[in-house]
Amino acid sequence: MKLIIAIIKPFKIEEVKDALAAIGIEGMTVTEVKGFGRQKGHTEIYRGSEYTVDFLPKVKVEIAVADALAGKVIDVIVGAAKTGKIGDGKIFVLPLEDVVRIRTDEHGDAAL
Amino acid sequence: MLGTLFSPRTLLLAFGLAAVSWGACAAEAPAAPSLEERLTALEAYVNNADPGTALTGVPGPGHNAWMMTSAALVLFMTLPGLALFYGGLVRSKNVLSVLAQCLGIAGLVTILWWAFGYSFVFGKSFTESGSFLGHFLGGTEFLFLRGVGSAPNTDYAFWVSHNVFAMYQMMFAIITPALIVGAIAERMKFSAILAFVTLWMVFIYFPLAHMVWGATGSMNGVWNAEASIRAIDFAGGTVVHMSSGWSALVLCLILGPRIGFLKEKMAPHSMVLCMVGTGVLWAGWYGFNAGSALAADGVAANAFMTTTVAAAVGAFTWPMLEWLTRGHPSILGFCSGAVGGLVVITPAAGFVGVSGAVLIGLLAGAVPFFACTKLKGWLKYDDALDTFGVHAVGGTMGALVTGLLATADVNANLTGAAATKNGLAGLVTDGGLWFEQLKAMGLTIVLSVLGTIAIAYLVKATIGLRAAPEVERQGLDLAEHGEEGYIY
Repeated sequence: MKLIIAIIKPFKIEEVKDALAAIGIEGMTVTEVKGFGRQKGHTEIYRGSEYTVDFLPKVKVEIAVADALAGKVIDVIVGAAKTGKIGDGKIFVLPLEDVVRIRTDEHGDAAL
Repeated sequence: MLGTLFSPRTLLLAFGLAAVSWGACAAEAPAAPSLEERLTALEAYVNNADPGTALTGVPGPGHNAWMMTSAALVLFMTLPGLALFYGGLVRSKNVLSVLAQCLGIAGLVTILWWAFGYSFVFGKSFTESGSFLGHFLGGTEFLFLRGVGSAPNTDYAFWVSHNVFAMYQMMFAIITPALIVGAIAERMKFSAILAFVTLWMVFIYFPLAHMVWGATGSMNGVWNAEASIRAIDFAGGTVVHMSSGWSALVLCLILGPRIGFLKEKMAPHSMVLCMVGTGVLWAGWYGFNAGSALAADGVAANAFMTTTVAAAVGAFTWPMLEWLTRGHPSILGFCSGAVGGLVVITPAAGFVGVSGAVLIGLLAGAVPFFACTKLKGWLKYDDALDTFGVHAVGGTMGALVTGLLATADVNANLTGAAATKNGLAGLVTDGGLWFEQLKAMGLTIVLSVLGTIAIAYLVKATIGLRAAPEVERQGLDLAEHGEEGYIY
């Protein structure tokens, strides 16, 4: 099993969710986060005061999937979240040791 | 029913009353006003003039209605206008402290005004008794608002109830120290602000307001035939904006900058609140400027128009300059320009025409813009919300420009009886008024700066000016008021 963590532009979350739903992904966790990469921040000016804002708002999507599905999920996220401009985000893929469905105490693939 | 109506006690009372009124008639025998006198009084009501023999001691309903509306509008400028304008510009941890300061000042100044403030500003017993105090203050006849009833005080307005006039002027006394809050926001402790404001009102505001607006005021060129400085200030360029702005600069220098100033991000936490506050200020300013005619007359109508035009031109000019020089027309730019336009037109509103208002709007968008964006950066003083940059710079410029643009065409009082006697009328026609304005500006700056230095060091030496560093870090809301602005 894999844990896929995607950091994407906030306005792309609906497209990514719909594209994942279309290939049968039934669950995900979404968090509003802040951070920066090569895009860096932006500048805000209030009268005479200028402030550099380093951290930009992004959305983090976490999805646990079976090994066989991981490649397809990544392709779908890239396809839906890409604008081609700097700041599109990143996808991190981690090996996932176990998954437990709390209601039934199922483990592993059965719990996904 | 009939029994009570014709009871012996009722009959006795009726006879008694008849006897008393018969006696009074016999003693005074006032002649009933003639039809001519009654008509003259009604015309005087329409023209906002002296009613003569009939209708004395009676407020005029239209003028009274406008002045009560205006008083409410000027209070609305502070609560919530200025409170939101400033509240939006601080960091979220300090938003309530600004609201508390505005509310606290409203209560404190009202008590001072009731006890002696009104009397010190608008009384005239000091001058009448030849006291030295008469140069700076009014008198003692209205202490605790004694005798301030619904009949007009004709020293100030023929048709406005004295109590309405006193409440209207009180709203100016409330907003003026509240303006200072902008410079010292996010770091001065609440107790120190209350102590400072109490002394500041007594030693700076009351004398200035008396000198400029009091019937015996030495800078009241329009209404005091004995004025030594023949200056004009329609709605408070010197009294309100210069005094608060220059005092704000001095106080923020003595107080010192906020912890982290020029190192940490201190951006406004809500431009939305700031914009809402600006809209309230703008609407409330009609009470401030058009209300300063103290009547619903032609001078008020002219002030209404000049106020609108100057505010709108200022609100447009500032962000256009931002767009040209820095790439974006910002919401804070629109708000600052609007307030700038309103500040600069304040002393001029009832004395200049609409072309003058356009010029004033342009200047108000440009000069305070320069003061807030460049001057402040060079000098590095921490005037947190730009009270100096907008109110002192704008107010000072407004006082001078008023001297250059004032015309008797829009306000005949500039060449009225008192103005003719003290020489103001001549200065208005021959163009020498600007020099009298300079004198009034100089006196205002000297009194504000020296007075604030003395008061600030006195408060600093006794109870201290600043909140503790850990309080400032945590935010004044939680530490000083035990509340949070936003619960997520």
